[in-house]
Amino acid sequence: MTVPPAPWALLAEVTHACPLHCPYCSNPVELVRRSRELATADWERVFGEAADLGVVQAHVSGGEPLLRPDLAAIVAAAHRAGVYTQLVTSGVGLTATRLEELVKAGLNSVQLSVQDARAPGSDLIAGRVSYADKGRAAGVIRAAGVPFGLNVVLHRHNLDHLPEIIALGAAWGAERIELANVQFYGWALRNRAALLPAREQLDRAKATLAAHRDAHPEGGPELVWVMPDYYEGVPKPCMGGWGMRSITVGPDGTALPCPAAYAIEGLAPPNVRDRSLSWIWTESPAFAAYRGTGWMTGPCGTCPRRETDFGGCRCQAFALTGDAARTDPACSLSPDHHLIRDLVEGLHETAVDGGESRTAATVPSGFVYRRPT
Amino acid sequence: MPGEDVWRPVLDGSVVLRHDRVRGGDLLLMPERAVRLSGEGGRILRLCDGSRTVEGIIAELRGTFPDAPLGEEVPAFLERIRAEGWLR
Repeated sequence: MTVPPAPWALLAEVTHACPLHCPYCSNPVELVRRSRELATADWERVFGEAADLGVVQAHVSGGEPLLRPDLAAIVAAAHRAGVYTQLVTSGVGLTATRLEELVKAGLNSVQLSVQDARAPGSDLIAGRVSYADKGRAAGVIRAAGVPFGLNVVLHRHNLDHLPEIIALGAAWGAERIELANVQFYGWALRNRAALLPAREQLDRAKATLAAHRDAHPEGGPELVWVMPDYYEGVPKPCMGGWGMRSITVGPDGTALPCPAAYAIEGLAPPNVRDRSLSWIWTESPAFAAYRGTGWMTGPCGTCPRRETDFGGCRCQAFALTGDAARTDPACSLSPDHHLIRDLVEGLHETAVDGGESRTAATVPSGFVYRRPT
Repeated sequence: MPGEDVWRPVLDGSVVLRHDRVRGGDLLLMPERAVRLSGEGGRILRLCDGSRTVEGIIAELRGTFPDAPLGEEVPAFLERIRAEGWLR
């Protein structure tokens, strides 16, 4: 077995608990209960081991990480290890006092989510009144002078609001807006029919993006477009290659090469309670399973793009075909591409109820909200 | 005041400069991004603490690199880093 390169990034999902109920939640269908969560000392050890392996960046995410009362201690451990730490938050519960505590502990930046440009659409997706909290959180982040990114998941019900979403990010003072086209993992797959946009919507959104970039070549927030792989014909280079750049550690210590990989049956992911992160990265069968190109099947093995997109997303291949070693069906060369092509080809603007003249709040949503009991 | 508008480079508040003990070399860390610095980039940027002018930085480096074309290379490097938004 060849020694993998050192990992760069750690995604620390410190809890699955969340005040929001978004239909596109990418967390697994089976959430980790709070009683199973890692303790503060476990996270302190994980960050130390991660830094020893080469990790220099961490996203402290969830669920909602602010629901961990010991979040500052976790951030402090990351900081002590020399890891650049970003809080990924819904903004619910982010007071000036809480943020000050986290910044003192060494927090480097904050990524805030918002679900739409205006309150009705945002609250509809979130499944609770939260837009006003997010506006307040943006003010708190800005006042603290911490690097501030805004994340917006884009889908059928908000893609046509892109100009307002960009304006909102600028008004809230974000330096970076991540326009993340919805991906269908975990819970999100249940809501695919309600979320998948029409091609015409995506074309308009791309035109908006290009026009905005032309009009503001320097000033204003940096716009990052996360591609809608169902429409591209080429798959996402998921995680920069399985087990090549990044480690996810879930609330209960489950370690995965990708946050969506909980769902891959038979993967037997290791746990940081049982093993060192070094063993997990270099020795564990789960991290080796789809590393490199040796595992590839179908058209991937001889594809000139095999080192560019790594056969696409293993989790999507598993979710749609039941076999994580197959070519990602998002790829036009995949023998399973019809699974995606048939979905998107049947979906045109006329099929989108209401179109852009109606706001998301008045569209019958048909969402299956995430409301754990 | 003479000298008031002389540039005294300092890293942007979002950017952390640190040594990478695992891979060797220096890194600039910022949200969603890590940049590997080649050559003496890290050594130069460590001198960018907001107190030194570009001339001052060159003077500091002169002791270590007496024969290098610092007068051309250092300002060009600093301008490149400023253009990226990592240096103010």
